Amino acid sequence: MAILVNKDTKVVVQGLTGREGTFHALQCKEYGTQVVAGVTPGKGGIVHEGIPVYNTVKEAVEKEGANASLIFVPPRFAADAIMEAVDAEVDLVVCITEGIPVRDMIKVRKYMSGKKTRLIGPNCPGIISPGKCKMGIMPARIHKEGNVGVISRSGTLTYEAVGQLTVRNIGQSTCIGIGGDPIIGTVFIDALKMFKEDDETEAVVMIGEIGGSAEEEAAKWISENFKKPVVSFIAGQTAPPGRRMGHAGAIISGGKGTAAEKMKTLREYGVTVVESPAEIGEAVESILK
Amino acid sequence: MKIHEYQAKEILKSYGVTVPRGKMATDPYMAFDIAKELGGTVVVKAQVHAGGRGKAGGVKLAKDPYEAEEVAKKMIGMKLVTKQTGAEGKIVRKVLVEEGLNIKKEYYLGIVIDRSKQMPVFMASSEGGMEIEEVAANNPEAIKKEYIDPAVGFQPFQARKLAFQIGIPQKLVGKAAKFFLLLYKAFEESDASLAEINPFIETEEGDFYALDAKMNFDDNALFRHPEILKMRDYEEAEPLEIEASRFNLNYIKLDGNIGCMVNGAGLAMATMDIIKYSGGNPANFLDVGGGANEESVTNAFRIILSDKSVKAVLINIFGGIVRCDVIANGVIKAAKKVGVEVPIVVRLEGTNVEEGKKLLAESGLNFTLADGMKDAAEKVVALAK
Repeated sequence: MAILVNKDTKVVVQGLTGREGTFHALQCKEYGTQVVAGVTPGKGGIVHEGIPVYNTVKEAVEKEGANASLIFVPPRFAADAIMEAVDAEVDLVVCITEGIPVRDMIKVRKYMSGKKTRLIGPNCPGIISPGKCKMGIMPARIHKEGNVGVISRSGTLTYEAVGQLTVRNIGQSTCIGIGGDPIIGTVFIDALKMFKEDDETEAVVMIGEIGGSAEEEAAKWISENFKKPVVSFIAGQTAPPGRRMGHAGAIISGGKGTAAEKMKTLREYGVTVVESPAEIGEAVESILK
Repeated sequence: MKIHEYQAKEILKSYGVTVPRGKMATDPYMAFDIAKELGGTVVVKAQVHAGGRGKAGGVKLAKDPYEAEEVAKKMIGMKLVTKQTGAEGKIVRKVLVEEGLNIKKEYYLGIVIDRSKQMPVFMASSEGGMEIEEVAANNPEAIKKEYIDPAVGFQPFQARKLAFQIGIPQKLVGKAAKFFLLLYKAFEESDASLAEINPFIETEEGDFYALDAKMNFDDNALFRHPEILKMRDYEEAEPLEIEASRFNLNYIKLDGNIGCMVNGAGLAMATMDIIKYSGGNPANFLDVGGGANEESVTNAFRIILSDKSVKAVLINIFGGIVRCDVIANGVIKAAKKVGVEVPIVVRLEGTNVEEGKKLLAESGLNFTLADGMKDAAEKVVALAK
């Protein structure tokens, strides 16, 4: 089963003809993802690396049947690109772009309300259902098809966690990098809701970090709605307050959003929390036994 | 990005928000001139990027220009230690000299982005002058909130509602609401991530002023605000952090002795965590970015090693799509170029990891290879002792 992306996902890549877009679109294609089209306004009509390019997402949807969009558009044009994909009514938009202004994302989220499209990211590695579909920039080979769902605000730390699972022969149903920005399309609870309905997912790894209260909100929701085991790690236990730790959203402000607080809340609501990032795989292994 | 109070007030003033008359001074003689021009009692306020200045002696009254000069003389160059600066404090380089006002009542105003609701929230409270975190903890009902629909913006009825709720006298509500609306306009149009007026004051004469002002801005939006970018005060930042930003490296200095070089912000935070967990102390946060290459690693080495407290370095790279042998070559070249003398523990993961390790082992440099984060952290902690 997996969630959100599978063998039927038909991807249009917005910003295909750029360096990043080209490289990752081909990596996705190599993995077996159906990359059916690219969009670069003004370059419609060409075929780039074997992929037809259109001027608009709508055309890509109409002519190639695209139902998901992967975005590699520079930050100042990315919000517009997301809205274009939403308007073209694709089911899923994955926005990799880092550095989109918060105000732009607030407008995007408002624009999306009441519409059917789900957004993952921005500022994220994307989503992969191992063995079925990769829509993102993560290294494919560290993944293995299986039954653990992974949700994370980070990129390389997600790879670290997935790597720890795969070496223990624990496969993943779907891994989602939800992104490191303050305003994102899919939060922990959204992903958990989908994993709840997915028969293939038996347990979930949730990797949070300092800033905001999404982990706390997820903890409460888990205790009330989610029966599958959840293992969590929160990055930034040693982060100083008031400093932005790389990700736009990773900041302790006004004493709120600390790792300690998140870990405490998660534990109170019955989530297994590991102190060390090296213990994620081990914890999942012992729970699945 | 953070700016000073006097800069925040300049921005607010340009939007029509009422702020006390005043000017910034970098020396006591300027302070004298400004006080003379303002006339009457003035307030001299230390300009540093930290709150809690009042209690730390960073805000003083002066009844005439001579006293203003004297106060400024003491303040400029002093180390201000407030609740927010930490024990090391901050050197005061500038002061704001402002007219004194007849304060009748103090209130609190703040605008931030509510992440869960994904929209801005305008907060107001009758508990002015106090730390809002304290009010939130002890008396949360005192904080009134209005969420702002991004499609239509902050509406006059919301501004009035807040004004009534925090007890603004009925005949002054219109005036206060106008202030709130202008404040929101300044917040919205400047891509601020925070605008805080604490205290927001009502004077005996029935006027409103932003007696203090704090504004932070969304770094990602600074490209459309060159005028705000110009307000950056480099003297407020750690010199190594400025250097790092020139190379698009994300570096934050900490007080430990283990230098960290990691790709990706989340993994970089997790690496600091595991160092602490293993009994050590990280000297810095450093994200070299997704694609770690020779150039970024060279710059990262230089910056990490400029911090003389660094006794050992941990490089933790999860290769992703970039091959480990390519990364290893970059690390070796960078280490040679920079002339690294402290022990370096390297943990590489990704494609061609064995080749990468072999290159490092045969480089003749002081590398200790590690398998996994735990092993890496334990090794670097032992070497730093």
